[in-house]
Amino acid sequence: MNQVLSVQDLHVHFSTYGGEVKAVRGVSFDLHKGETLAIVGESGCGKSVTSQSIMRLIPSPPGKVTNGRILFKGKDLLNVTEPQMRKIRGADISMIFQDPMTALNPTLTIGEQIIEGILQHNDVSKKQARQKAIEMLTLVSIPNPEERLKQYPHQFSGGMRQRIVIAMSLVCEPDVIIADEPTTALDVTIQAQILELFKEIQQKTGVSIILITHDLGVVAQVADRIAVMYAGKIVEEGNRREIFYHPQHPYTQGLLKSVPRLDLDGEDLIPIPGSPPDLFSPPVGCPFVPRCEKAMEVCDRVYPAKTQLSNDHHVDCWLQDKRAKTMLSSISLTFR
Amino acid sequence: MGVPKHQEPNVTPDVLDEWFTPKKRNKDDAEAVVRPSLSYWQDAWKRLVKNKLAMLGFVFLIGLIVMAVIGPIISPHDVTKQTLSNQNLPPSGDHWFGTDDMGRDVFTRTWYGARISLFVGFMAALIDFVIGIVYGGVAGYKGGKTDNVMMRIVEILYGLPYLLVVILLMVVMGPGLLTIIVALTVTGWIGMARIVRGQVLQIKNYEFILASKTFGTKTARIIRKNLLPNTMGPIIVQMTLTVPSAIFAEAFLSFLGLGIQAPYASWGVMANDGLSTILSGYWWRLFFPALFISLTMFSFNVLGDGLQDALDPKLRR
Amino acid sequence: MGTYLLKRLLAMVITLWLIVTLTFFLMHAIPGSPFNEERNTSEIVQQNLEAHYHLNEPLMVQYFLYLKSLVSLDFGPSITQPSQTVNDLLGRGFPISFELGMITLVIAVLSGIILGILAALRHNRIIDYMAMTFAVLGISIPNFVMATLLIQELAVNRGIFPVATWTSWHHMVLPTLALATGPMAIIARLTRSSMLEVLTQDYIRTARAKGLSPIKIVFKHALRNALLPVVTVLGTLAAGILTGTFVIEQIFAIPGMGKYFVESINQRDYPVIMGTTVFYSAFLILMLFLVDLAYGFLDPRIKLHKKEAK
Repeated sequence: MNQVLSVQDLHVHFSTYGGEVKAVRGVSFDLHKGETLAIVGESGCGKSVTSQSIMRLIPSPPGKVTNGRILFKGKDLLNVTEPQMRKIRGADISMIFQDPMTALNPTLTIGEQIIEGILQHNDVSKKQARQKAIEMLTLVSIPNPEERLKQYPHQFSGGMRQRIVIAMSLVCEPDVIIADEPTTALDVTIQAQILELFKEIQQKTGVSIILITHDLGVVAQVADRIAVMYAGKIVEEGNRREIFYHPQHPYTQGLLKSVPRLDLDGEDLIPIPGSPPDLFSPPVGCPFVPRCEKAMEVCDRVYPAKTQLSNDHHVDCWLQDKRAKTMLSSISLTFR
Repeated sequence: MGVPKHQEPNVTPDVLDEWFTPKKRNKDDAEAVVRPSLSYWQDAWKRLVKNKLAMLGFVFLIGLIVMAVIGPIISPHDVTKQTLSNQNLPPSGDHWFGTDDMGRDVFTRTWYGARISLFVGFMAALIDFVIGIVYGGVAGYKGGKTDNVMMRIVEILYGLPYLLVVILLMVVMGPGLLTIIVALTVTGWIGMARIVRGQVLQIKNYEFILASKTFGTKTARIIRKNLLPNTMGPIIVQMTLTVPSAIFAEAFLSFLGLGIQAPYASWGVMANDGLSTILSGYWWRLFFPALFISLTMFSFNVLGDGLQDALDPKLRR
Repeated sequence: MGTYLLKRLLAMVITLWLIVTLTFFLMHAIPGSPFNEERNTSEIVQQNLEAHYHLNEPLMVQYFLYLKSLVSLDFGPSITQPSQTVNDLLGRGFPISFELGMITLVIAVLSGIILGILAALRHNRIIDYMAMTFAVLGISIPNFVMATLLIQELAVNRGIFPVATWTSWHHMVLPTLALATGPMAIIARLTRSSMLEVLTQDYIRTARAKGLSPIKIVFKHALRNALLPVVTVLGTLAAGILTGTFVIEQIFAIPGMGKYFVESINQRDYPVIMGTTVFYSAFLILMLFLVDLAYGFLDPRIKLHKKEAK
């Protein structure tokens, strides 16, 4: 298999003032070489925690990984020492965060910030590092890079800052880039540019990307495969075609229905009523029950079994069980 | 139907056929709020109480206030009565804190000093509060040119060296309680004004203010019901921290000979008197006023810190 | 940066002018001051006063002539010591006070920052609690109380350090310690809270994601940002140290300017009070201005205020 990264049964808990939050409850997925995997879900579903756990950036009190393995280049990242992890961060796996306005240190020039990344992981001279930095800035379409290196973050717009952050993440030619909501804080037009940039970079360098987002529009543009997360679990996963045209989980279906569409004139927006469950004592059964039109008794009692729909598509939902299908065909439901 | 406790993931229970029926539910299930939320003040109070140091300070201050009131009353000695034959007696059963060089009871004078220090402190904080709130509130709320002008003035006033101005005023107006309070408040309100203005600016544009305005609520009501409750946090903290600096200033002035005059006692005066005799070994004359100045300032400081942590919305759970 | 400096310079000049004017009119307003009426002053003194302050001229003229004399850095005569002028006293006393103040400042800043960083990095552990308790004590115990405590313990009881004057480095220890504890505590607390806040910032997370070592993150990324608020507070701290010298010099019998100032207050030597106040104010305002300048240099957002982003 050309798997670059493999997350297996990850569990992450946070000890807080109010109790223990089970933010990630058994997440597993693989990332293949050269692909873009999108992890989609609402705020609080655990997608950011998952991605930060891969980099081991979760602050250790209050957070802790209580179970799982993360396999990368033959090692379990959850078991390597901190110095070893530091070698991997920025060099083999890079991460890009959401808000470009605050991601850069305001008191250092962007040149310093890019070059330090290079020097940290490579035994090159400052001059060579500077050359590489200029190369990278050109790659992300920042005009006049030699001049710009000497400038400070506040002298750049939001879109440009995000490009700089992307350049910083590429500087050591990593195998994986994890982008956590990279376009959420940007204008729609800039958003499109940044996503194009991701595609270009992937074509040029073959880097594998994990893209975290709550925006299905973004997903549609760049993702090869999609994992849908809810309340700390992945409830459905499949390639782009399958998810967009044959979504099986009621939550996925709800997400797709709630995306505003310009071509459906005059139709009401259909949001998913309610909000995600309390992760202090997460439900035993399927967490989506309170908001699911088609919920059954079994959904409360037992967590749904995983159903493999095709090579590329699986879902955790009791509706897939043949007993449910029999029941559904004989009753019609209305919620409202 | 209750939700069973969390099970071990590896156990796969039998799934019964009859469970595959639609779930019965109430219309409102989906929107049920999962955790009760506390009001801002309740949450803050809970957090404050947990802070042991702050509570210690709080308790001490309560004790201090009580003693300031009843101390001179319960003491068998008079505060100004001089009995020269009793000069410089060390602490004993008769004079719990000893006597000074005029034979006056240090215990009684300490509580008198407490009254003065507390009075000065609270008055200064109160006046700073009033002036600061009005000035800062107006500047923040009006914004634009008014704000600009007002802030320029503040900038210039801020450069005035606080204690020097105070000393100057004391020299000119002659020592005394009133002078001290006036001198302290002359530049003390600036800190409060800045905070209030900052808060007002922040909140002015919050959506619920705009919402209120669209309902046509009058400005005064908006200020009272919306702005004030939200800005109270930093303001309260500032007040708690103004008191000790006022107390310190008073002690400092008295120590320099510019403060309260004999025969009245303020802690600063007593400390000054006590200092000059330190080499003669009358340690109690310096020790008690110094101790109380320090403890009082300490208590206000830890309480202020505690309040600051408790009222910080960012730390809210 | 240019406009920023200009604005601060202007504010500084206005504040200074304000204080001078205030002082002038206050001194003239005091009943029984030699500026108003005949006091029991000797001939020589009276002549000195008239010559310097032009007491026979109308008030406004006196005022302008006074301003003029200040610009030429002449701070006036003394009543209680007719042969001395304020400039004489300044010449003798100020260098000593300046030495005291500077040493104190350096000690306070260095140890305060180090303590603050330690506390922040070992947040919620023993060092943190100890450092912060020490800090609160430092803030709460007024410097004159601290001074007397130190004298009592270390000088009188144990004789480790001498009690007074300012002749060898031995003599410097207690006074500077007493004066420095307050500012050190303030700086420690400020550094700590500033550092804690900086460490939660996104750009620190970015730095960690790049694989930088913790030391680099603290010293290269965090410290620069964390120290900015500390710089802004230096001005007021300097003022506090300066006023602190009044009492400290009294207590330790150090022949600095502070001691002369306090004496002039007690003896109601109004011209000296006036002259010294103006001098001190000018000094403090200058310090505040220097601090603002330093801050302007350190924060690139202000440094490059004029150059706009594309």
